[in-house]
Amino acid sequence: MRELICISCPMGCHLKVEGDTLENIVVTGNGCIRGVIYAKNEITAPKRMVCGTVKIEGATQPVVSVKTKEPIPKEKIFDCLEQFNQTTIFAPVNVGDVAISNVCGTGVDVVVTKGLAKK
Amino acid sequence: MMTRNLVIVGGGPAGLACAISAYDAGEKDILILEREEELGGILNQCIHNGFGLHTFKEELTGPEYADRYIQQVVDRKIEYKLGATVIDVNNKKQVTYVSKQDGLVTIDAKAVVLSCGCRERPRGAINIAGMRGSGIFSAGTAQKLVNVQGLSVGKEVVILGSGDIGLIMARRMTFEGAKVKAVVELMPYSSGLNRNIVQCLNDFDIPLLFSHTVVQVHGQGRLTGVTIAKVDENLRPLMETAQFIECDTLLLSVGLLPENELAKNADVEISPVTGGGVVDDGMMTTTEGIFQCGNVLHVHDLVDFVSEESALAGQRAVQYIKQGAPDCEKIKIETKNGVRYCVPALLKKDGDFTSSLNFKMRVASVYKNVTLTVFADGVVVAKKKRPIVTPGEMESITFKQEQIKILKTASNVQVSLEGGEK
Ligand SMILES: Cc1cc2nc3c(=O)[nH]c(=O)nc-3n(C[C@H](O)[C@H](O)[C@H](O)COP(=O)(O)OP(=O)(O)OC[C@H]3O[C@@H](n4cnc5c(N)ncnc54)[C@H](O)[C@@H]3O)c2cc1C
Ligand code: SF4
Repeated sequence: MRELICISCPMGCHLKVEGDTLENIVVTGNGCIRGVIYAKNEITAPKRMVCGTVKIEGATQPVVSVKTKEPIPKEKIFDCLEQFNQTTIFAPVNVGDVAISNVCGTGVDVVVTKGLAKK
Repeated sequence: MMTRNLVIVGGGPAGLACAISAYDAGEKDILILEREEELGGILNQCIHNGFGLHTFKEELTGPEYADRYIQQVVDRKIEYKLGATVIDVNNKKQVTYVSKQDGLVTIDAKAVVLSCGCRERPRGAINIAGMRGSGIFSAGTAQKLVNVQGLSVGKEVVILGSGDIGLIMARRMTFEGAKVKAVVELMPYSSGLNRNIVQCLNDFDIPLLFSHTVVQVHGQGRLTGVTIAKVDENLRPLMETAQFIECDTLLLSVGLLPENELAKNADVEISPVTGGGVVDDGMMTTTEGIFQCGNVLHVHDLVDFVSEESALAGQRAVQYIKQGAPDCEKIKIETKNGVRYCVPALLKKDGDFTSSLNFKMRVASVYKNVTLTVFADGVVVAKKKRPIVTPGEMESITFKQEQIKILKTASNVQVSLEGGEK
């Protein structure tokens, strides 16, 4: 059994989840149906957006903020961050520019979230 | 002396939204004064996602959210000055700023909007025994160092305070390769959002210790560790529960305080509860022609609400520039039964029933199955059932025209939490 806190609304129900596949999951403690949906996603394929920074040269600051364009599988978070660490891009950049394409084979691009001009 | 119709102090999300709506309401003579070298305020360092769910129906990061508003300011050619720190605002709506470019300048304004945000509670404000070595940062300072300046602040971290900034920084430090050993929270609940507890702590197995505090910091040069202890129901540390945690960094996330030195100079009445100004339903403070919006007025957890509130302030400031202030009585909105405060705090009996009206409130503790209730002269005007309310999440009620009429003609208005388990 696993315990989860549903984050779909401020109630923050404490869910108890039995089973580990879409078919056999039984959720209790949920205040509404969205708790079940949340638990199913969370148990079978949890995903997260990853936000961080990469190095930038030629700008007024040494790093620029980036994010994965879509959520990626949770277990890839740290591999993805490692890629952030190894990446350097060059000013100028605009919001939405791709900094890393297809990060860690997830099919998801990492994009710049802040425009920085050339120094 | 330079004269301007509308001067906006602070170019964060509040100032930007205010400027845009004032421009769209017909005012073209606007000047934004921002002390940093870029617009966007605190959002520039909040590189995590979770902004704009409400306004744009997408999860943006802080810089992206700011960018959408900065673009609108640029498109409208609204004038702004960077590196311009406002050092005084007086009750005659004169604004004095300094900048490298212009030196010391005083502007005579027809209306002034203060949107200068919050600052973090200084660490002197909390009592922790021990030397003050390096390695102790406020969470927001650490956030700026890591996210904007690309610096590393520490390897083994304890965080005091489980508000959103503390939670977000726990994840951020983990991402940077640090080990966050614990988040320590004085209260038996977190003032942060549940989604942040899940995504920032539970995801990385970071322990959250409720009803605990840091009682001592160790180390003379660099921090070497902290002693934490449980607290009793009166929040006094129980020394027999003390335990040492080795760490080189302590982040303090012990709350935000509205930045209100300027407002005080301008004789604005400050609310002892919010730390922000006392405003009426047109966002005007108790000093005529001086308005407030955003975190300087009361601490917001969602930037969407900041933008919404600030757009209203912009419209009302323009209305004031054109028509002056109506000569009318203002009644105080009373709060009781667990409602800590309401913004606005004053309601004008100005006979204007068509402009929108919204109350934003915070509660004192966690309550379940309560009804947020607004009374006018003892009669219920509006009700909102809430399965749970917490001090961490702002409550809001928007009124319909017939309700506005009742409220703005009443001689007593109260907001209360009715029923439920307290
Ligand atoms: C760490 C953190 C995490 C957050 N996470 C989220 C989130 O996930 N989702 C969400 O929706 N919201 C979040 N928020 C809240 C949101 O960012 C704030 O509510 C919002 O930024 C407040 O806007 P503001 O314009 O009132 O203040 P600020 O952003 O602080 O802007 C105030 C501006 O005024 C300027 N200023 C101050 N004094 C002067 C002066 N004397 N002269 C000239 N300029 C001056 C400052 O430099 C600053 O640019 C978070 C906030 C923080 C701190
Ligand atoms: S289960 Fe339903 S009521 Fe409970 S937190 Fe999730 S969405 Fe909210």
